[in-house]
Amino acid sequence: MRALERHRKLTAIWSSEPGFRGWFSTVNHTDVGKLFLVTAFVFFLIGGILAMLIRAQLATPHSAFAGPEIYNQIFTMHGTIMMFLFAIPTFEGLAIYLLPKLLGTRDLAYPRLTSYGYWCYLFGGSMLLVSMVLGIAPNGGWFMYPPLTGPIYSPGINTDFWLIGITFVEISAMAAAVELCVSILKYRAPGMSLDKMPIFAWYALVTALMILTGFPPLILGSILLELERAFGLPFFQADLGGDSLLWQHLFWLFGHPEVYIIFLPAAGVISTVLPVMCRTTLLGYGWVVAAAVALAFLSFALWVHHMFTTGIPHMSLALFSAASTLVAVPTGVQIFAWIGTLWKGRPELHLPMLHILGFFVTFVIGGLTGVMVAVVPFDWQVHDTAFVTAHLHYVLFGGFVFPILAGIYYWLPQVTGRKRFFRLGEIAFALIFIGFHLTFLAMHWVGLLGQRRRIDTYLPEDGWTTVNLVSSVGSFIMAMGIAIVILDVVVHVLTATRGPRNPWGAGTLEWAMIIPPPAYNFASLPHVASRDPLADDPDLPLRLARGEGYLGEPREGRRETLMVDVSSGAPEALVVYPANTRLPVAMAAMTGLFFLSLLLKFYWAVPIALAGVAALAWRWVWQLGRSVDEAPAPVGHGITLPSALGADRSPGWWGTSFLLVANGTFFGSLLFGFAFLWTVAPGWPPPALFEASLGEIAVGVAALAVTVAAVESAVRTNRAGGRPLAALLAGLIAVFCVVAVCAVMMARIPAPTEHAYYATLLVLTGYALFHALLTGLMFAFLIARVRAGFTSPSRRAEFTIVSLWTKYLVLTGALVLAACQLPDLFT
Amino acid sequence: MMATLLALSGCGGPLSMLDPAGPAARDIATLWWVMLVGALLIFVFVLALVVAAFRRPRTAAPTHSPRDEAARERLFVVTLGIAFPVVVLLALLAYGLVIGERLLPRDEPSVVRVDAQARRSTWDFTYPGLGRTSRNVLHIPAGRPVDVAITTADVIHSFWVPRLAGKLDAIPGHINVLRIEADRPGTYSGLSAEFSGPGYSHFKFEVVAHDPAGWADFSEDGTE
Repeated sequence: MRALERHRKLTAIWSSEPGFRGWFSTVNHTDVGKLFLVTAFVFFLIGGILAMLIRAQLATPHSAFAGPEIYNQIFTMHGTIMMFLFAIPTFEGLAIYLLPKLLGTRDLAYPRLTSYGYWCYLFGGSMLLVSMVLGIAPNGGWFMYPPLTGPIYSPGINTDFWLIGITFVEISAMAAAVELCVSILKYRAPGMSLDKMPIFAWYALVTALMILTGFPPLILGSILLELERAFGLPFFQADLGGDSLLWQHLFWLFGHPEVYIIFLPAAGVISTVLPVMCRTTLLGYGWVVAAAVALAFLSFALWVHHMFTTGIPHMSLALFSAASTLVAVPTGVQIFAWIGTLWKGRPELHLPMLHILGFFVTFVIGGLTGVMVAVVPFDWQVHDTAFVTAHLHYVLFGGFVFPILAGIYYWLPQVTGRKRFFRLGEIAFALIFIGFHLTFLAMHWVGLLGQRRRIDTYLPEDGWTTVNLVSSVGSFIMAMGIAIVILDVVVHVLTATRGPRNPWGAGTLEWAMIIPPPAYNFASLPHVASRDPLADDPDLPLRLARGEGYLGEPREGRRETLMVDVSSGAPEALVVYPANTRLPVAMAAMTGLFFLSLLLKFYWAVPIALAGVAALAWRWVWQLGRSVDEAPAPVGHGITLPSALGADRSPGWWGTSFLLVANGTFFGSLLFGFAFLWTVAPGWPPPALFEASLGEIAVGVAALAVTVAAVESAVRTNRAGGRPLAALLAGLIAVFCVVAVCAVMMARIPAPTEHAYYATLLVLTGYALFHALLTGLMFAFLIARVRAGFTSPSRRAEFTIVSLWTKYLVLTGALVLAACQLPDLFT
Repeated sequence: MMATLLALSGCGGPLSMLDPAGPAARDIATLWWVMLVGALLIFVFVLALVVAAFRRPRTAAPTHSPRDEAARERLFVVTLGIAFPVVVLLALLAYGLVIGERLLPRDEPSVVRVDAQARRSTWDFTYPGLGRTSRNVLHIPAGRPVDVAITTADVIHSFWVPRLAGKLDAIPGHINVLRIEADRPGTYSGLSAEFSGPGYSHFKFEVVAHDPAGWADFSEDGTE
């Protein structure tokens, strides 16, 4: 087969539907990655316009530009959009677009999930935009502290838009995080062991793991606050056994890791781009990986530094202060490894390098002021002043926007296949750099002079007039710079001439393909033996196009790739991806209906939406099945591999494992909340303790035991070639007993609106009930599978997945029972 | 840039934490100036390293032998990336801890205690033992430590008199105690420093520090 013929065949198999229709059915990571990035950039512009409005408002004292009602919406939405609708989705888009290309494979682990995540992001983000257009946007500040955001002081729908819209958007972050973890660990080019992974993949892996463990506390907090607002469960009301500090703990348990979730991908971009700009390799690859991992761990140990002024004892604060300053060490390792890389190579001042230098200047200042605010007494003064606003912009703009701009200019030729023609980028950089520092250096100063965050106006006698004017002028210079970047990119995409295949002389695999990239990425998959495969073998693109790698023979119209061993990268199994489908967009729309009916309080529509989601999920999983066994197939290089459907650790098993990590963090946060309220909140102990009855405990424990025994038996029977219908049916009945016990307990819990204790128990048992229903659905699904003849010893993947969920149910169910009993034993 | 701004606006102003009028604010202002100088030195050093990388005279081909690589890692990662920040941070942490401990409210015979309760748009102060209250104006004796017991009747607020001390939050169901002290008699501006919805921008109060005679008058006089 000639290269061109192979290209045509693969394109026919892999390409999305043409035109507008293709947007809704594409599951291709290149397409979805671009959709993510463009959408995120649109949100960046909207957030930027809001920032301009803020600076216009504060440019002069006595400003009457916007009243406080509107102004509060403006700054709340500015923060919310930049954090949740720009920064995180930009990481997702970049990782989704780049990773399969960097890792030398054809797509991510779950193409339909990629697409589903995008639509959740778009729909959820649109909800927030609608609220803004209608003038009922969230107005409690981006960290939404109750009681201000509670039902008493914010009765309007504004806060609900935030809680429900952001939770909807976070589905996309969780989906992307699960998918990126599995893709990085299991979907690489053969031979690419962990130590040969491109450095960006390491950063993306760490970031994805942080999303899995960082976002659940926020999602939990949002659910609890929405329950309080909608149904009066008093989790954050001090007079009813709640505590507003619980929100702050949950929020910052998310909020601080969030900062590193934003910074780490950008650091990955720098670690990738900087060495290429210096014609060398990254200094201290192992150290940099270790630093990223250390940063991830540390970032979960310092959320309290956002709460230094809440009255926590000084010695506890000192510990968190030490942890906070300690973060400067792994950050320092990275900064100096990059500077060492500059010294090692021959740095060249291309446009991406200019933005990297912008990063150095800005981020180092942001890091130094970060150490300052980590010192407790200083934070007592500057907390909630413009100094902190300035600091966080140095960190986020310096640590994210400059690197991303470097990345945009670095990879733009890869995306478009064109080369830069107009020289607008340098002017844009100068304007952004000067404008940024003018704006935010000034803001530090005015903060020290006592200007608080979030004020809409001030007096001439406060002495802040000149500094604010300087700051506002700077921000408009910066805005001009951003506008020129957009102009530059649009002009580039539309008009520039075709460029060479590897314009920067990079060594990573994303440059070893035709540009712009074809839908299938690589005509055949490379065998990787070093960190810079393209530098070792400049003819690699040609050899891959000729089909000299793995999977060079297109088969039966199937989208194929390889799954590899986690550490060594040895090929393990053959994966066949699902093709174009509108299922993800339909699923996202149904999910949106669920959130919308909660928002508008159309509670009658909630069960309909949930049933719809369950039906679509059923169909989603059903489509992956095969009614006949798949024979092991040759994949090239003389290797024959079995289908991934027969693996004990199938793609679905891996995805489930990571999803359960996130779910477990959610559950752990809930238990933390329970313990926190019990020990810290005023208004405890509750009027009366609740006890599970002996019958509930006995039936609950027995049913949980039967469930896990049933699933284990089903796994064994299937592997032995039998049809485990009896075991599955027994499991299903046992699961319904669990459902019944949970329902009875929930019905017995006294008035949950009267004390946070009862409200918390209600949520705990509700959590168990939900998981029992979910597991029941899975048992029913397996029964249908067995009856339809879709299972066999070599089509066993779904059994191990249901087994994981069942064990999770048993574990959490037992913990919920214990949580209901334990406090009782201690008092 | 900072220098220009300093010249433009100075450090003064009724709400400037850099124009301290009490021991706590003064300690923190000193801490700031120390940290600013340290940060500037580090910043210039890091930037000089970056600039030097571009200016460095080069041999014909950069060397990539494992020995060179290991030496570079030792210099940049171990010495500059780990040892350097650890030393600086330990010193700073110790300094910050000492200052923080010094600012805590401790029992002393001369301490005056007042209760402060915030609600949106007003601060109510009561003076245990004096049987008095005041609204939006806190009266204290100059030159004596004052412990303010802070709480709230509605949402979260924060008690902040920038020229006297740092801030402390008013949280529903909790009482936080902040130590403040004014060196000299006078009027000091205070702010509510946690966003509390519409009206936040104008949510302010005043602290009046009395000389001993004035304080005696205030303590004895039943009216404001």
